Amino acid sequence: MQYLLLIHSDDSGFFALKPAEQQLAIGAYMAYTEALRKAGALVGSNRLMPSTDAAIVRVANGKSQVLDGPFTDTKEQLGGYYLIEAPDLDAAIAWAARCPGAGHGAVEVRPVRTN
Amino acid sequence: MTVPEDDARARATVDAVVRRSYGKLVALLAIRTRDVAGAEDALSDAFASALADWPVKGCPANPEAWLLTVARRKLIDVARRRRSGEKAAAEWQLLADELETNDFLEAPFPDQRLALIFACAHPAIDATIHAPLILQVVLGLDAATIASAFLMSPAAMGQRLVRAKHRIRQAEIPFRIPRRAELPERLEAVLDAVYAAFAEGWSDPVGTDVARRELADEAIFLCRVIDGLLPNEPEVLGLLALMLHAEARRAARRNVDGDYVPLADQDAALWDANMVDEAESLLLRASTHNRIGRYQIEGALQSAHVYRRRSGKANWSEVVELYNALLTLSRSPVVEINRALALAQVQGAHAALGALDAAASDRRLVEYQPYWAARAELLAKVGARADARHAYDIAIGLERDAAVRRFLQQRRAALSIASADS
Repeated sequence: MQYLLLIHSDDSGFFALKPAEQQLAIGAYMAYTEALRKAGALVGSNRLMPSTDAAIVRVANGKSQVLDGPFTDTKEQLGGYYLIEAPDLDAAIAWAARCPGAGHGAVEVRPVRTN
Repeated sequence: MTVPEDDARARATVDAVVRRSYGKLVALLAIRTRDVAGAEDALSDAFASALADWPVKGCPANPEAWLLTVARRKLIDVARRRRSGEKAAAEWQLLADELETNDFLEAPFPDQRLALIFACAHPAIDATIHAPLILQVVLGLDAATIASAFLMSPAAMGQRLVRAKHRIRQAEIPFRIPRRAELPERLEAVLDAVYAAFAEGWSDPVGTDVARRELADEAIFLCRVIDGLLPNEPEVLGLLALMLHAEARRAARRNVDGDYVPLADQDAALWDANMVDEAESLLLRASTHNRIGRYQIEGALQSAHVYRRRSGKANWSEVVELYNALLTLSRSPVVEINRALALAQVQGAHAALGALDAAASDRRLVEYQPYWAARAELLAKVGARADARHAYDIAIGLERDAAVRRFLQQRRAALSIASADS
């Protein structure tokens, strides 16, 4: 079964870090990715550009609307994701708890619909 | 109208009753019907009645008896509504008679918690749910708190608890203390559940997560209850000693910056001396029974670490011997890893790596952080830097505690500096 781990965090937090701390944070994510790969659980992952670069598209009354910025006004934005293979929700939650994102934000665990 | 002080007094009394008697009340309510969920519902209704009634009429002299009586009436109401017919009528009449004849205001009522605990840890129930079930049914913890502590979704945990209670009823799991012959095995399941609860609490060393931290306290409390109801069982004493030794070091496990401090570098003055002393005397008491077991050995290992740190005398050979003894009881890969680290102190890192390789065939270790951390340390010691770096990466990636992650990242970085020097 596949699970999407969505990392929600305040992306301004990362840019406020000192370069050495940024390296440490990136290192933690690289190690996490490696651990997932070693366990054969990694399907795919990506880091997203800051939410300030985002655009929102919506069609209302037959007319396209385009807005700048993130979808929601909360501080915590979708910053990246991991698509993983796990035997069940418990295992997926265990992986989410190890994700550095769980420490500086929140990790949402979404089972991928298969049928 | 009630005044806030009366409400607060009623609330405080209810909280205190939950703490000391939740399991006792559930056990008494469910012991005949084995309907744990029904007993909990009735008790929950009784608590709600208490919060409405006590601020007005004052708290009763014996709140437990009051709650038991009210909960029993609720159970009878439910039984009446659910069933009809002569047989059912006879049944609830029996319940009603029991209600009238038992004068709980006089004598302290019997403590059937141990029977309830044994039912919760019965082999017919999935072992992974034993600890959560005991925490809910005996201590009254709510499902969401338990789920969070055990890293499970609250909905999934709720379902599993419901299923387990259903199983107790359907499989007619008896509420009784096992006979002497089967006691050791059944007790082991109970102690494993208590230890599982403790281990979840232990993984939150700074105590920021209330649900986790309290779990360690609850596990110790539960073990004391079991010791009180089943005295002089050496393994119960051993587990209590093990947990007290570990808990005694809580304040020393992080420095003022919140960084992880390994046992070898901990300030022993920060250890809770009372807990250490109690643990030591418990182990001594346990040893007089001449019935060694897993928890006594693990308690003795803790004791050996404390002795070494306090005396400054290396006792690694004794530690390896204790791990050998533990391995004869169960060939657990976790024990093999710990043994390998102790062996490194006696025979060097190469020998330890050999011992670790022997354990590595167990597929589960791929996701076991301590295995990779141990491997990384040993590889670093023998100078296999590239392999060590890789092992550190996996260990860091598998760690869920940010402080331990930072510690491992520092160890990995130190390796890079050393390799740049050479």
